[in-house]
Amino acid sequence: MRRFGFRRGYGDSPWHLLALLCSFALTAYAGVRLLDGDWLGILLWIVGAAILHDLVLLPLYALADRALSAAQPAPASWINHVRVPAFLSGLLLLVWFPLIFGEQKRRYERSTGLSADVFLGRWLLISAALFAASALWLGLRLWRARAGRAPRPSPPAPSES
Amino acid sequence: MSPPSHPGSGRRTPWRSPLRGPWLTSVFGLLLLVGIPVLFVTGLLSYAAYNPDLSPVNDKTPDKGLLGFYLFSWPTNPSWLYRVTQGVHVTLGIVLIPVLLAKLWSVVPKLFERPPVRSLAHGLERLSLLALVGGGLFVFATGVLNVQLNYIFPGSFYPLHFYGSWVFMAAFVVHAVLRFPRMVRSLKGRDLRAELRTPVSRTTPEPPDETGLVSPDPAPPTISRRGALGMVGAGSAALLVVTAGQSIGGPLRETALLAPHNREPGRGPNGFQINKTAAAVGITARDMGADWRLVLRGGDRELTLTRQEVLRLPQHGAALPIACVEGWSTPDQRWEGVRLADLAALVGLGERAPGVLVESLQQHGSFRTVALRDNQVRDPRSLLALKVNGAELSPDHGYPARIIVPNAPGVQNTKWVTRLSFGETE
Repeated sequence: MRRFGFRRGYGDSPWHLLALLCSFALTAYAGVRLLDGDWLGILLWIVGAAILHDLVLLPLYALADRALSAAQPAPASWINHVRVPAFLSGLLLLVWFPLIFGEQKRRYERSTGLSADVFLGRWLLISAALFAASALWLGLRLWRARAGRAPRPSPPAPSES
Repeated sequence: MSPPSHPGSGRRTPWRSPLRGPWLTSVFGLLLLVGIPVLFVTGLLSYAAYNPDLSPVNDKTPDKGLLGFYLFSWPTNPSWLYRVTQGVHVTLGIVLIPVLLAKLWSVVPKLFERPPVRSLAHGLERLSLLALVGGGLFVFATGVLNVQLNYIFPGSFYPLHFYGSWVFMAAFVVHAVLRFPRMVRSLKGRDLRAELRTPVSRTTPEPPDETGLVSPDPAPPTISRRGALGMVGAGSAALLVVTAGQSIGGPLRETALLAPHNREPGRGPNGFQINKTAAAVGITARDMGADWRLVLRGGDRELTLTRQEVLRLPQHGAALPIACVEGWSTPDQRWEGVRLADLAALVGLGERAPGVLVESLQQHGSFRTVALRDNQVRDPRSLLALKVNGAELSPDHGYPARIIVPNAPGVQNTKWVTRLSFGETE
């Protein structure tokens, strides 16, 4: 009966509390070491990373995706032909933007002995190739659908063939 | 297709994807449950590889306390071990980014759940989730920025990434433990192979449940679950293709189109990857000129040698890679020079040679002084190298002399060596 009393007061089992307390103890042990230094800056980075992702990046790409869907009332056969290359291109940019935008051009070139000028062009070319391949694929699908006079009203989504 | 009716159906929500649900979240969760421990272990190994417990000069996180419980003396065999573990650490970390983003996308409705705190248990768990998400993004971000030399984070990379990882893992483990049963249940609830055969036209939302992940107001599907999984997989594959070559080297290096070490800096014997050029760390032609001397110390004995004198000592060869903490590496290069153990013998420490403190001419920057352990000095492949691939070392590869030790992190293969103090650690 006491266990049920605990669950009513706490909201879960004692094991749940124990696991979380162990976790928090380790968080505190590493956390004080992590924050030794520019603690405010570091805290801002950690909380800021969560906020930037959850309240800026994610809503932004969700909105962009919705705007794409809204461009045509019914689910369009071409939507994933835009969605997939845009996702891949954006992902490459998200990971490699410091090199692509030459954020540390001088440090990079002096450190590695390599030119920092190649990355932007390469990213643009990769993006262009992804969109072109996707468009070509869509064209092929539409052509085949017309050639075969496919009776099916909704062809399978492009990213799935 | 009509949305299924259930309590709350028709409630307005901004999160309307019909794909969200415990099964999809569990698939991403399972991938991270496998991948993130690999990242953690390879990261811990990288810290051990620096031999931080040997000397303060090797340790960028001297306050580690219990977090260094696992440290051990880093082996010299196999010589490619660090190349593999650190290549995996960096490449896998980058490849997992789309999975991490997809996982966070799949659970975003939970961020806005109401009431925000249902009970003490729920409140504590949400606090832990802040450490999980914030800590996870922080660790990934510092890693990704560091390999691009973009040091905009608030402090030195080593403590931020090391302690940040422990904060993240503290939250990751408890999250994995608390959610594991639900993950297994959810994965059993749908057949992956059947899901991979379901096109968009037959894609329906997961049945509503208590997780709060399934949209109460799902939009018509525009992509199937296999499409979404395929898209995330394609993201990981794209990142793998434009990154992995810098760790594999050879002809594949050029395939790493967007990775920092994706081309050779030159041709010929010295045309392999450089971490810091001589110019970058202020090494001048004068430093490397005829006035250069090698100082050997051991106990109270000290010996000063010119380069000609070093060249007259017995020369040995070793084929060893350079592997950087940033994840890039080179295949084996053929080094030639004097064994560290032979240099120890010159100052009377030939029997059971001790460790050595290596000092560079480099005036500034991290790791211009490093400590090597006795097992590293005693390995017959550990050299004070004067030549590489049959030619003199180039200035950017450490002329007049550099250290090369099997399986040591690249930054401990000190360039422009000026002094070797055997038996000293700081």
